[in-house]
Amino acid sequence: MDSNTPLPNGTSEVVLRAKKLNVYYGSNRAVRDVDLDISENTVVAFIGPSGCGKSTVLRCFNRMNDLIAAARVEGSITFRDDDIYAPNVDAVELRSRIGMVFQRPNPFPKSIYENIAFGARINGYKGNMDELVEQSLRKAALWDEVKDKLKQSGLALSGGQQQRLCIARAIAISPEVILMDEPCSALDPISTLKVEELIQELKQQYTIIIVTHNMQQASRVSDHTAFYNAEATEKGNKIGYLVEYDRTEVIFQNPAQQKTQEYISGRFG
Amino acid sequence: MIAQTPPSPESASVAAERPYYPNTSWRYGLDRLFVIAIWSAIAIAIAALGLLLFDILLDGLPTLSSQFLQGFPSRSAERAGVYPALLGTIWVMLVVMFVSFPLGVGAGIYLEEFAEDNLFTRLVEININNLAGVPSIIYGLLGLFLFVRLLAPITGGRTVLSGGLTLALLILPVIIVATREALRAVPDSLRQGGYALGATRWQVIWEQVFPIALPGILTGTILGLSRAIGETAPLIVVGAVAYISFVPEGLQSAFTVLPIQIFSWASRPQQPFHAIAASGIIVLMIVLLLMNGAAIYLRNRFQKERL
Repeated sequence: MDSNTPLPNGTSEVVLRAKKLNVYYGSNRAVRDVDLDISENTVVAFIGPSGCGKSTVLRCFNRMNDLIAAARVEGSITFRDDDIYAPNVDAVELRSRIGMVFQRPNPFPKSIYENIAFGARINGYKGNMDELVEQSLRKAALWDEVKDKLKQSGLALSGGQQQRLCIARAIAISPEVILMDEPCSALDPISTLKVEELIQELKQQYTIIIVTHNMQQASRVSDHTAFYNAEATEKGNKIGYLVEYDRTEVIFQNPAQQKTQEYISGRFG
Repeated sequence: MIAQTPPSPESASVAAERPYYPNTSWRYGLDRLFVIAIWSAIAIAIAALGLLLFDILLDGLPTLSSQFLQGFPSRSAERAGVYPALLGTIWVMLVVMFVSFPLGVGAGIYLEEFAEDNLFTRLVEININNLAGVPSIIYGLLGLFLFVRLLAPITGGRTVLSGGLTLALLILPVIIVATREALRAVPDSLRQGGYALGATRWQVIWEQVFPIALPGILTGTILGLSRAIGETAPLIVVGAVAYISFVPEGLQSAFTVLPIQIFSWASRPQQPFHAIAASGIIVLMIVLLLMNGAAIYLRNRFQKERL
């Protein structure tokens, strides 16, 4: 069997732990037997070829898969030792603690200010909204670019600014974890660089899981890297599984699995 | 239009070596043909409408006076007025608006955002689409049975309320279908963005989805109300009367509406009544324009608000 044991980590606490995670869409299994520990204040990159289930696994962590009627999750995911799929867990409350940034920037068609304030308001924020908006935009390295046009539409920003606005929106509700699903795939290289620098900043306060197709990006921003692969079944579907999970240097310089070696050296995928 | 350079002989010889035959002159010809076709379509439609308007204005303007607007029906065309019918139309349309908009939009939201996709909802869906095509006289019969007879204690029989409710039923499918289409056009990424921030389903719909869908919903509502204001048949069945010498004073008041008044005048043999029927049509069109104008104003305001 593969060496997909959870990554041992000496010092920091485990925030998220997947155990024997299986995801089904209808009767098709999309992901099998993922075991994975995410420790506090690290950046974890999920890499692998298309269809290997990395986004599917990511969406299990904040139960976004609940929104797809046919999706079913087996196994367990614990968030600070609480099973997030337990019947008494409220997915809405969970999502306010585990934020998400999507592949394509999806600001709300409202003002920049409202984009940030919305999440805070629905989560019952009692503090000073103006301060929160400024703080969140500063953390997302967007404040200087938008401070004079907070009343303007979020859609009027460039793609890279929109994505940073989405990040600001996510951190405005002080999540503990931020999930990023290929956040730079729709951005130009300069915007990508800004988002990557931002991830380095945010690491001090948040735990970040980032799905990426860009291996340079994974090696630049992440502390740990999980490599997923897909195998075809007799029925013709693909099942994703975790091949190897280790510190990023190990994955990129001295991977234990041959598949990982082949993937990172560009021989497939 | 983009200026096109004719292909030079050299480029033609180059093209001959490749297994493609662009045949641009034929394709541009088709382009021009299509432009001519759609222009004639719109020209015919506008010409027909213009002719109709011209004819109505020619017939109706001379008799359109403040006395006509404030007068009651009469045996002589010179003294007849449109006042009770005008107010009847306004009363009925208010009932239609207040009933059909919340019900139609609510049903649309439920079917699109809440209902699970199962056999039952699919049956409901097919039924609603069919209902949109049911002849209006059938709604009249339904209204007669349901509102005039069965619910007489509430509606008071052949009243403004019965008429308004009947027309509201008639346009409900139009509003439901328009609402669903408008909701479906809202990108799913916005719903996901809302959910990912810890919003509940209602918060996502109310704060993110509904404001974006509202202009489309209002467009559907305009179409529905425009249909309702011109309906005659169901109201005749429900019991609007053409000769009425008083103004409706409440929901349980007997009534008539403009189309019925116009119909009754137009079907008389005497020519002067035909002229005031045309004046009635002008009044009806002005009411329709005002109503649609208000809805379009609202729609544009919402569109501006969402930036």
